[in-house]
Amino acid sequence: MSKFLKLLASAAIVTGAPAFAEGLGRVALPEEVAAWNTDIRPDGQGLPVGSGDAIVGEEIWTEKCAVCHGDFAEGVDRWPVLAGGDGTLASSNPVKTIGSYWPYLSTVYDYINRAMPFGNAGSLEPDEVYALTAYLLYSNDLIEDDFVLSNETFGDIVMPNVDNFFMDDRAETELPIFAAEACMTNCKDSVEVTKRAAVIDVTPEGGGTGIDLESGGGSETVAPAATEAAPADEPAAVEEAALNMELVAQGEKDFRQCKSCHQVGDGAKNRTGPVLNGVVERTAGTVDGFRYSNDMVDAGAAGLVWTEVELAAFLANPKDYMSGTKMSFRGVRDEEEIAGLIEYLKSFPE
Amino acid sequence: MTDHSNDMKPSRRAFLRGAAASGVAVAGTMAAAEGDPAILNKQPWNQMLGEGVDARAYGVPSPFEAHVGRKNVPWLTAESISSINFTPLHELDGIITPNGLCFERHHSGVAEVDPAEHRIMINGLVDRELVFTMQDLMRFPRENRVHFLECAANSGMEWRGAQLNGCQFTHGMIHNVMYTGVSLRLLLEEAGIKTEGKWLLAEGADAAGMTRSIPMEKALDDCLVAFKMNGEALRPEQGYPVRLVVPGWEGNMWVKWLRRLEVGDAPWHHREETSKYTDLLGDGQARRFTWEMDAKSVITNPSPQAPITHGKGRTVITGVAWSGRGTIPRVDVTIDGGINWVEARMSGPSLDKSMHRFYYEFDWDGSELLLQSRAHDSTGYVQPTKDQLRAVRGLNSIYHNNGIQTWYVNSDGVAENVEIS
Repeated sequence: MSKFLKLLASAAIVTGAPAFAEGLGRVALPEEVAAWNTDIRPDGQGLPVGSGDAIVGEEIWTEKCAVCHGDFAEGVDRWPVLAGGDGTLASSNPVKTIGSYWPYLSTVYDYINRAMPFGNAGSLEPDEVYALTAYLLYSNDLIEDDFVLSNETFGDIVMPNVDNFFMDDRAETELPIFAAEACMTNCKDSVEVTKRAAVIDVTPEGGGTGIDLESGGGSETVAPAATEAAPADEPAAVEEAALNMELVAQGEKDFRQCKSCHQVGDGAKNRTGPVLNGVVERTAGTVDGFRYSNDMVDAGAAGLVWTEVELAAFLANPKDYMSGTKMSFRGVRDEEEIAGLIEYLKSFPE
Repeated sequence: MTDHSNDMKPSRRAFLRGAAASGVAVAGTMAAAEGDPAILNKQPWNQMLGEGVDARAYGVPSPFEAHVGRKNVPWLTAESISSINFTPLHELDGIITPNGLCFERHHSGVAEVDPAEHRIMINGLVDRELVFTMQDLMRFPRENRVHFLECAANSGMEWRGAQLNGCQFTHGMIHNVMYTGVSLRLLLEEAGIKTEGKWLLAEGADAAGMTRSIPMEKALDDCLVAFKMNGEALRPEQGYPVRLVVPGWEGNMWVKWLRRLEVGDAPWHHREETSKYTDLLGDGQARRFTWEMDAKSVITNPSPQAPITHGKGRTVITGVAWSGRGTIPRVDVTIDGGINWVEARMSGPSLDKSMHRFYYEFDWDGSELLLQSRAHDSTGYVQPTKDQLRAVRGLNSIYHNNGIQTWYVNSDGVAENVEIS
């Protein structure tokens, strides 16, 4: 090999892959970029033309958001609290809401537009997003109800907590402290147990309180303890003689995924979803005091009854079965799981 | 052929009953006195034929391992679509997390993406706004690297005190996987970053449209656009067909189902970097952009889900350690609640921003133990106690809890999550 070739060979090793004449991928068309590039920044970059106020926003809110976030953005069950919490951040129970915590209004617009309503993301028009954003400002006492939020007025809003965020400073505040020589022998005179998990007892299989990943609030409710599946060989009660108890037990287990929205059994109440006592063979959309979608009420009026067949079809894919349903649930794929759920629900007659 | 199964079964059942009644330690004694039925009796698998090669096109663990799985904590979140579950660390050894056991965190459920219909777009402050198919992506040079992914909220439920009994629940928002992918730098260079392009927005294709802002310095440093984990295609729960790998930085930034990379001149301050994943301190102020994961360790065995069942005598303590700033050259272990410490034995590959495995073997005298581990990373950082962390950050922080974990083990070998003075 000549010196020159050797040089070339070593250069190729150093630089790795050879250079290629042609690039990979293709140029994105403007309409393609526009379809995906919907993100909004605090400086207003990305805001579409549009407007809305809290009065219009409240109507949309009631229809599409209140089911999880509550009529006044107070949060239902463990869904995020979006209003209130003013002055709580330094307390032992901080309530981190849009008003009390979020530094920028653009985040509210961006997030509603990209991810809400839960289960139907990206379905809102710009005017609707402006109106909902205005409603959330109003719910947090940050604007009057006649304030028209638009791409023009967006910059007028300064969120109250904006100045309470600062860049990660661990390099200055923590790393020097946490780099001290570690003691290896006779590091302390005695050791006492100061806290015990067994006292709190919130490990799964029990219920409990704690810090919440999703809810904005710090005040926690005690979740009901997950009941143990009934043993399959337990003798069935007389009125449940027709039930397949093995299926009921399986359904009880699978019903855990439904519990966040639905209650069933003694003392069950309407929550995010209606009470399910007696749901099998009941006319659709008829539980007292539950605010159904118009589609569900209409279906019931037209004679839809939750027979096992209809219920199975609904549970397999709720949105396919009834596009307007409020039930934000992907559906159950496994037919046996559906059969178990229905058998379990049958064990709770009206 | 004579059927031995009938005369074999009763004695085997009697043995199991005996062992269950008088505790596991009996097994050794009995074997010495009478001969071990596990040896003296034929087992079904000694005699009968097993399944053929095609019985399981995709292999699954032994039925005797059926208890091993991810678990969630139902009271944590409103429901399972926007929720998290936990890696069973106490069932694992070595440093690699099997794909099916990697913890899951979804914000709008698992997106089932058809790779033929998946595109990756680069837009914003670039010379050429580009679109790649998955096939295009496979034509770039690939890299293989092992990295841990830890959720910033790992151990978050423990900020105010010991809550959950099990390292799966206290420390299981982590996994460690070998990724195959394309350097993010190569993709960005293909589009050509304009000089004012200082930030990158990564966006997912799921219904949450997950977005995070990443400083360009990190994007050009060691990030990967990955399509394989532990050799096989990403699992849907981990972002199939393609996810971002952001080594050493909080898991939320590793955008799954990655579909878009936008170059900009400022951060976006989206929901997951303002409302969430910011660290609320005691005075009501909050740190933002706390990307790096501090060094941390935990003893995985024994732990509340994995008690000592063999009685006193030779005992193996093991656990894992990791740092978002480098490697873990050393882990200390104490069995007396931190009065005296010993250096644990590190075993297995020591890779940058990857999980490390440690062991400490000792002769347990059957007395009560207070077990802790303390990680040292390659920058000189020493894992702090929980009280040291609280002194700096207060009680409301939730995220980035890397304080030293304590397990109390009683004389029966049963372990509990505690805190000590």
